[in-house]
Amino acid sequence: MTKYLARHIVRFALLMLAVGLVVFALVSMSPIDPVQANVGQAAYVNMSEAKRAQLASYWGGDVPFWERFANWAGALLQGDMGTSLRFNAPVSVVIAHRAANSLALMGIAWLFSGALGFALGVAAGARRGGALDRVVRSYCFLLASTPTFWLGLLILMVFAVQLGWFPIGFSVPIGVSAADVTLADAVHHLVLPALTLSVTGAANIALHTREKVVDVLESDYVRFARARGESELSVIMHHGLRNVALPAVTLQCAFISEVFGGSVLVEQVFSYPGLGQAAVTAGLGGDVALLAGIALVSAALVFGGNLLANILYGVLDPRMRIGEGRA
Amino acid sequence: MEEVLHTPVQRSRGNRATTLVACIAAACALAIVVASGLVLYSQATVTDFTAKNLAPSLAHPFGTDWMGCDMLSRTLAGLSTSVLVGLLAATVSSVIALVLGCAAALGGKRVDAVISWLIDLMMGVPHIVLLVLISYAIGKGFWGVTIGVAVTHWPSLARVVRAEVLQCRESKFVEVARKLGQSPARIALHHMVPYVLPQFVVGLILLFPHAILHEAAITFLGFGLPPEQPAIGVILSESMSYLSTGAWWLAVFPGLALMATVLLFDVAGQGLRKLVDPHTAQK
Repeated sequence: MTKYLARHIVRFALLMLAVGLVVFALVSMSPIDPVQANVGQAAYVNMSEAKRAQLASYWGGDVPFWERFANWAGALLQGDMGTSLRFNAPVSVVIAHRAANSLALMGIAWLFSGALGFALGVAAGARRGGALDRVVRSYCFLLASTPTFWLGLLILMVFAVQLGWFPIGFSVPIGVSAADVTLADAVHHLVLPALTLSVTGAANIALHTREKVVDVLESDYVRFARARGESELSVIMHHGLRNVALPAVTLQCAFISEVFGGSVLVEQVFSYPGLGQAAVTAGLGGDVALLAGIALVSAALVFGGNLLANILYGVLDPRMRIGEGRA
Repeated sequence: MEEVLHTPVQRSRGNRATTLVACIAAACALAIVVASGLVLYSQATVTDFTAKNLAPSLAHPFGTDWMGCDMLSRTLAGLSTSVLVGLLAATVSSVIALVLGCAAALGGKRVDAVISWLIDLMMGVPHIVLLVLISYAIGKGFWGVTIGVAVTHWPSLARVVRAEVLQCRESKFVEVARKLGQSPARIALHHMVPYVLPQFVVGLILLFPHAILHEAAITFLGFGLPPEQPAIGVILSESMSYLSTGAWWLAVFPGLALMATVLLFDVAGQGLRKLVDPHTAQK
């Protein structure tokens, strides 16, 4: 058990180091001058040499790459993620503030898409060739080819602009002080982005679950169960679900990466102030520290997803429990 | 109980023929989209301020935008850019996948470990975040997005290639060929390539939809093609400013066209996959 833990911790540390290094290398490669990107062309042309030099050193343009990376990594080990130059606040504060919004959005979408996709997949697989199966399959087929952000735009147009049921964007009402925002307000603003993410997310898992259910229902043990006179419902409940759940869990845990990617787009469409939107702002403005911080957080989330899958395996499948004989 | 007894499905036309026809039709449709987009490229930026913000009509089936550009030509020109970026990026990506996959399978334990770790690293960061980073590193624009998509989409295909090559190398027929004294080059050419190539081609075609969707997404976020170039991502991000004024056609039709293009690639790829795999060739 300790060996298992230690291996994961080492892998996590290596991953974080590699991600940090890659992000730094990529950002320092960029020909985009952060000073010009942020002050704008007109202001830059009219600026004095001294002011330019001052701004360049503020954005860290004159420090060599390895020194910058070493400084950043050293500070990170002490829990300091640096200062976001764009938001003029510590990166950890910016990320913590944004992560609350994003994690709510991603968490809801992740759970909901998993549950919806699994239910649709089981229902479609159980009645293969039926009307529901056809509907689910075409739904998955279409959704796999639909750009997430376009779907977000459509949903925004229908429910926010035409019907006016939901707000057009942001995570809280405009013109209301932070203290007066109720939970209902927050939920009201969360519905459309979460819906967009869930609807696209469900397609992937539904299709795979359906395939697996079809496989299971053609197996010998299901034939035997049917021959014993078990009802179709009992067959699916007692013989199908556990077997189908394993690949579904793997998929859904691996799907965290996609949910994060989707949330970047959806947050942009709905002007939802989350991590994804911060990443876009940081990227457009050349905010190295914030970009690196968000990349690390996203990599940690994906790692957490894989770890969760490993743990859930043990819960679902007694053959795979950690520390009991075979790995 | 009818599931227990299998009756063969009788169809008027052979399944292989149907799939092949579907694939060819999809390829033709894509070629037409690209060609018409290239022809309409110059027309896409023609402005006509007497005809701005028009709803779809016979003269402008997709409507016009705030500068009076015909949205149909803009959409087609954008689609052809997207398809070309997608083709280029997916091809480069699949070559990377082929090289790394083969290296991992044949290069010994060390190389395999390094490449596996590289794959884990690439898959450990969400695609969009990586794309944003790479596109930013290269300075955005056409090359930013193309190189970004090319260097991020190889891991899954590399895994497939690695597994296929490994399986092939361990197979009986390769062992027999080796015992018969055939040279490694001959084994590679006559036994490995025909075994791995179909999977690889299908993988390549199924990369296109991803590449195109990610190109559009990254352009939409502002890291891809520049605003003056016709691209679906640009059109859609522009349309966001006009949504609340009710200009629904600015977003609906270009998005639908993009979806249809991606679907065509998907149909072609899935169809080919069915044909390549003997288990499903007759289904």
